[in-house]
Amino acid sequence: MLEQSKSDKITSDLLRHIRLNKAFIIWMAFLGASLLVCLYAYTIQLREGLGVAGIRDYVSWGLYIANFVFFVAVSLIGMLISAVLGLLDTKWSAPLARIAEIVALSFAAVSGLVIILDMGRPDRLLNVIIFGRVQSPILWDITVVTIYILISTLLLYLPLIPDLKICADKLDKKPKFVRNIYKVLSLNWNGSEEQVKIIKKSIRLLSILIIPVALAIHTVTSWLFASTSRAGWNSTLFGPYFVAGAFVAGCAGVIIAMYFFRYNYKMQDYITLKHFDMMGKLLVLVSLVYLYFNVNEFLVPGYKMEKFDAIHLTELFVGGHALLFWSTQLLGLVFPIIILLFKQMRKPLPIMIVSIFVLVGAWFKRYIIVIPTQENPYLPIQLVPDVFKHYTPTLIEILITIGPMILTLILITILSKVIPIIPVHETIENLEEENN
Amino acid sequence: MSEKEEKPKKNSRRVFLQQLGMVGVGTVLGGSAILAGINYDKKKTQGSRIKVLSAENELLEIEKSDTTKVIKTKLGELTYLQKQGRTGLEGKRFVMVIDLSKCKNAQKCMGACQSAHHLRPEQSHIKTLKMQESANTPAYYMPKPCQHCDNPPCVAVCPVDATFKRQDGIVLIDNERCIGCRFCIAACPYSARSLNWSEPLYAQADKDLTYNVELNVPQKKGTITKCLFSADRVREGKLPYCASACPNGVFYFGDENEDAVTNGTTKETVPFRKLLEDNGGYQLMAELGTKPRVYYLPPKGKEYPFQDKDKAEAAEQYQS
Repeated sequence: MLEQSKSDKITSDLLRHIRLNKAFIIWMAFLGASLLVCLYAYTIQLREGLGVAGIRDYVSWGLYIANFVFFVAVSLIGMLISAVLGLLDTKWSAPLARIAEIVALSFAAVSGLVIILDMGRPDRLLNVIIFGRVQSPILWDITVVTIYILISTLLLYLPLIPDLKICADKLDKKPKFVRNIYKVLSLNWNGSEEQVKIIKKSIRLLSILIIPVALAIHTVTSWLFASTSRAGWNSTLFGPYFVAGAFVAGCAGVIIAMYFFRYNYKMQDYITLKHFDMMGKLLVLVSLVYLYFNVNEFLVPGYKMEKFDAIHLTELFVGGHALLFWSTQLLGLVFPIIILLFKQMRKPLPIMIVSIFVLVGAWFKRYIIVIPTQENPYLPIQLVPDVFKHYTPTLIEILITIGPMILTLILITILSKVIPIIPVHETIENLEEENN
Repeated sequence: MSEKEEKPKKNSRRVFLQQLGMVGVGTVLGGSAILAGINYDKKKTQGSRIKVLSAENELLEIEKSDTTKVIKTKLGELTYLQKQGRTGLEGKRFVMVIDLSKCKNAQKCMGACQSAHHLRPEQSHIKTLKMQESANTPAYYMPKPCQHCDNPPCVAVCPVDATFKRQDGIVLIDNERCIGCRFCIAACPYSARSLNWSEPLYAQADKDLTYNVELNVPQKKGTITKCLFSADRVREGKLPYCASACPNGVFYFGDENEDAVTNGTTKETVPFRKLLEDNGGYQLMAELGTKPRVYYLPPKGKEYPFQDKDKAEAAEQYQS
């Protein structure tokens, strides 16, 4: 049995961040105010129509859709860390599972809102249910994203149940109603052998279930593009290409979250250098896979240079989108792979900075996937004003794009303030096992 | 036999008188009845007999009291128009043939289309494109409406069945149902679709009109608009707005089942398949498997030179 004092220290360390402090209030006030500005921008769009954005008849999917793809992409990390690594029983990743789930769930939940921002008639959202046609990839996307959110919620909640009980018991300075909420949510957890058995079995089952669902959400998202016959989208590689890219973005997102939790929540003993080192290796691994898909995606059509592929690729390699294309590929993918091969670069600060580049690169990569293809349709763009020919996002559109990002940060911050971000029960249990 | 023949003879006078009397009474009664009837009818035609057009296109006159009003409310009218619009015309398979050797870029088709469908100046369901595939191939003008594909990518991807294919081959858009996701725009290889990005031009003027899916008027903010093969005109047996407006005889429109298409300018009707056969007709990007219902006749033996001012724009396609 672990020394009582040691287990008490772990508990108090891991519960310490569950409180309202000044920094939290200032941070939330800042996020809240920014969100209001973005909401105001959206009310303008609601009133005036989608025309307040830069999208027009040819480039009709712009920042909103790129943003949607990005959100779905980041949300995939929950599956990789908590399910895949969990099932493989990799001990080092266990403390990170909850951070990954929080990031995943927040991004997945907000992705549903992002797609509504893109609708010309959001008031007709229910039509999708009333008149839904199973032939349309949009229906598949809605179905799998909903299931993914559901399973992700359960995968966050089930391992949390023992911790909620600890919260109810140990957070004695909190008001009674708060402790009661923890108590109700802990579903009468008492740590009996039977309960442990049930919860372990359920988590295992959900971890298996979430793998095909997670693969499905991003594969189906890629099919929104790949199911059309357009140069740049018409690719059989899009499913795995998107999934690989998603892991890159998700890993970077989790590393950034780890960094801020480690320093702001004083988690140095629990989110250790080893975790950053291992996450760095994981990021290199998934980036190499993604690089491999990129080579296939661009080199194969680039070798043949069929008429419309040639127009599209020329535009990316040396044309109007070249700067953005090479920046995302080099700063967001190739250089990070090289940099992270060095051990010193996998220390918290450098790897966090590299991850920011990767994450920003991942967002612009979605822009590169979504927009240029539409600027080069099969038939020439003529007899329309110049704004129809080249896409330029408007300020309102940018604000509406930033809005969901802020909302996601709010969700992550709130979740990390009400539940222990490192599993308390599991950490104590693992230490006990090690001692034995 | 002989007895029978004798019998009427025997009583012939009495019978005759009897019959005469009956006819007389009958005439008086009948006459007065007819008179009364005429008077009664007169009263009725003064306001209660109406002419109606049957579903078989026959003009009938009936008692007004015998009719029940089908369309009572605006909602009822909408339901009627929606049902009619989704059903389409039975037994028809509409096709269009566009003769590229005749197009001089007059753009009358675009103007007629815009005014019929209450579109903004930058919107048009048909566009006369300036085309040139490569440096040595000729430049030509190509009117491009929706191709009304038999395997339409837009219909496949629509999540709510707002855009749909009718039995007569026409692809329509229901802007009472469209959610504005623009997946159809992304999927259409012919760039045939347009969204109402802001409040339509005639939103105020059209606000009391009942929506007709065959005309797609009134246009609605946040919904798709596209070429409809002038389904409302076609229902009346007329040619599409663009075809009728063309001064140069570019457009033929008709029914594939009848194997007949009519030229919008000359009103001359010719066999559809023979027209394609004789002139090397083809479909636009048939390799995509979309099976278009619009056919093109190549720009062979153009009756005019391609205008110099348009050459640079046409050449952009192969230079980029």
